[in-house]
Formats: sequence, C-alpha cells, structure tokens
Amino acid sequence: MSKGMSVIVRTVTRCVYGMILLYGFYVIMHGHLTPGGGFQGGAVVASAFALLLVAFGAAGIKGHLNRHLLQTLEEVGALAFLALGFLGIGTAFFYNLFAGTGGFFGAPAGQLLSAGTLPLMNWAVGLKVMTGIASIVIVMMVGRRKEETE
Amino acid sequence: MKKATILVSLLFVAAFLLLAVSPGVMRPFGTPETTAMDDYFIDNAQTDVAANNAVTAVVFDFRGFDTLGEATVLFAAVVGILALFRKLREEER
Amino acid sequence: MNIGNFPFVVAALLVVLGLYALLFKRNLIKIVIGISLIETGVNLFLVMAGYRTGGMAPIYTLAPTPIRDMVLPTPQALTLTSIVIGLATTALLLSFAVFIHRHYGTLDIQEIKELNG
Repeated sequence: MSKGMSVIVRTVTRCVYGMILLYGFYVIMHGHLTPGGGFQGGAVVASAFALLLVAFGAAGIKGHLNRHLLQTLEEVGALAFLALGFLGIGTAFFYNLFAGTGGFFGAPAGQLLSAGTLPLMNWAVGLKVMTGIASIVIVMMVGRRKEETE
Repeated sequence: MKKATILVSLLFVAAFLLLAVSPGVMRPFGTPETTAMDDYFIDNAQTDVAANNAVTAVVFDFRGFDTLGEATVLFAAVVGILALFRKLREEER
Repeated sequence: MNIGNFPFVVAALLVVLGLYALLFKRNLIKIVIGISLIETGVNLFLVMAGYRTGGMAPIYTLAPTPIRDMVLPTPQALTLTSIVIGLATTALLLSFAVFIHRHYGTLDIQEIKELNG
C-alpha cells in the first residue's frame, strides 16, 4: 500500500488532480447561489487529496504535502468561523451584518458578492472540512507504513 | 440458543419499525403537517439574507447555532484521531 | 401509479439491514459498516420528511417565473449536520479498529473476548 499504483494511474492522477481542485473550489465559492456550500465543496477537495495519497503512496507524498501546515490551517478555519459569528454582536450573536446594505458583500440577491457573511462562512467551513479530512487520511496512512517496515 | 434469542428480538424490532411507517399509522408521503416556520423562511430568504439558495440561508443564517455545534464536533473528532495516532507512534519507538 | 408510503418503507428497511449486520457479523469492519448503514437510513428518512407534492428545489436562481411551491428547506439543513456527525463517528470507530488490530493481532470479536479471560 505504501508503494503506490501503476504508471497509468499516476499519469491520469497528475492530469485530473487540478480539475478536481478547481471544481471543489467552485462549489465552495458559489454556495449562496447554486446548490452546494462549505461542507459539500470541502468533501470534494478532500477526495482529491485522498486520490493523490492512494495513487502515489505514503513515500511519494513526503515532500509535497506538509502535515503541520494542514493542521494549522484547520485551526485557522475553525477560529475564523467563530470570529465571523462575533462580528454582529451589537444586535445578536450570528447576526448577518452586511446583507442588503450596498457595501462590502452587500449587493442584492443573485450576484456573487452578495449575502453578507454567508460566502465568508462558506470559505471558513470549507477550509476546515478539507484540511481536517486530509490530515486524518495522511495520519492513518503514515502510521501504517511504520508498522510495515518493522 | 443465544443466536435464536438475538434473531427473535431482531424480528420484533423489524416488525415494529415496518409497522410504524405503514400507511395506516404514518402520514402519507408528500404532505407535511406544520409548515409555518418553513413558509416564513422561503418567503424571507431572498429579501432579508439576500441569498438565492434557501438551504444555505437556513444553515448559516437562520439556524447558524446548529452549524456552530457541528463544526465543534468535527474539530473534536479530528483532534481526537490525531492524538490517538501520536500515542501509537510514541509506543513503537 | 400511486407511490403510497414506499419511500418511508425503504428507509426502515435500511435500518433493519444495518441492525442485522451489527448483531450477526464477527469482523470489526463489518460491524462498522452496519453502523454506517443505520445512519444512512436515518438520514434518508429525515430528508424525505420535508417533501411537498409538486414542489421544486428551494433555489431562486433561474427559477420558473410564477414560482411554484417549494419543498421545505429545514430538514435538508439538519440532514447536512447529521451526515457530518456520522463521518466523525465513523472515522473515530475505524481508528479504534486500527488500534485493536495492532494490539491483539486479529479483528475477530470472538477471539478478542476470549483473550481477555
């Protein structure tokens, strides 16, 4: 399992990996206009990371995916989601501050920069889900490799 | 003997579940009973929240506190798994 | 033809199959699959509780101009939460399975019960 798969799988993975990432970021970004959002897009991007891990093995991933960077990004995503809830604390907790006022993220419904704190929360939750699932998968695979070399 | 007991109890639970969704006991499919809250959400999602997706408006704006709880559960699960595998690697050294 | 209560019966059948796998199988991974089947059945039931006959999806982008009835959006939002919590539970259960396999050398629950004495 730590050796990776054949030449065909590795070549196709190199071609397809960027497209999966792009599609996942599109689903996260347009969460307030079309079906989707933070959780769904985060799962799509995490499946791209899992594909990379299965095709190249734990040894081939070593220089490319930094495990500590992924764990730090997950904590940043969780704290950003909590901080966005505190933005409108003058009226209520989780109050949507920018919606409807024509300013920063305040366009009327139907445009990309609308709906107040909704796109920002989508990004925070998407970052949290994708780095969380990626770090779980990497930790499970790296731990198993140490068992095989003994 | 023990397997027969478990099989009989599983049949009881299966009969209870399948009886609870039969047409005499459960309301017919496609007719929700109380829709006052969801009608308010559908009518006011485009004007108050200015979002075109009513489900995202419900998840992050009208019921955002539930999403905070879910983000906490996901965070706790990831931290628990990372802590467990750290203990395993220290045990093997 | 009239569909009756058939979708609800399918969700109940999924729960019964998951219970069967949970009670009668000896491999730990198959027990985790049974738990995941029970969660899938419950999520399906929760989504189907919010369907309105003749309704459309609750999205306003490119909607037909006299807006028809929409299905209820709240059960869909709560099912999202439930799916993520199911993912967290399954990940923790599988980590415990790896731990047990490393400690006892086997994944058979009968042998693990007898090793304990």
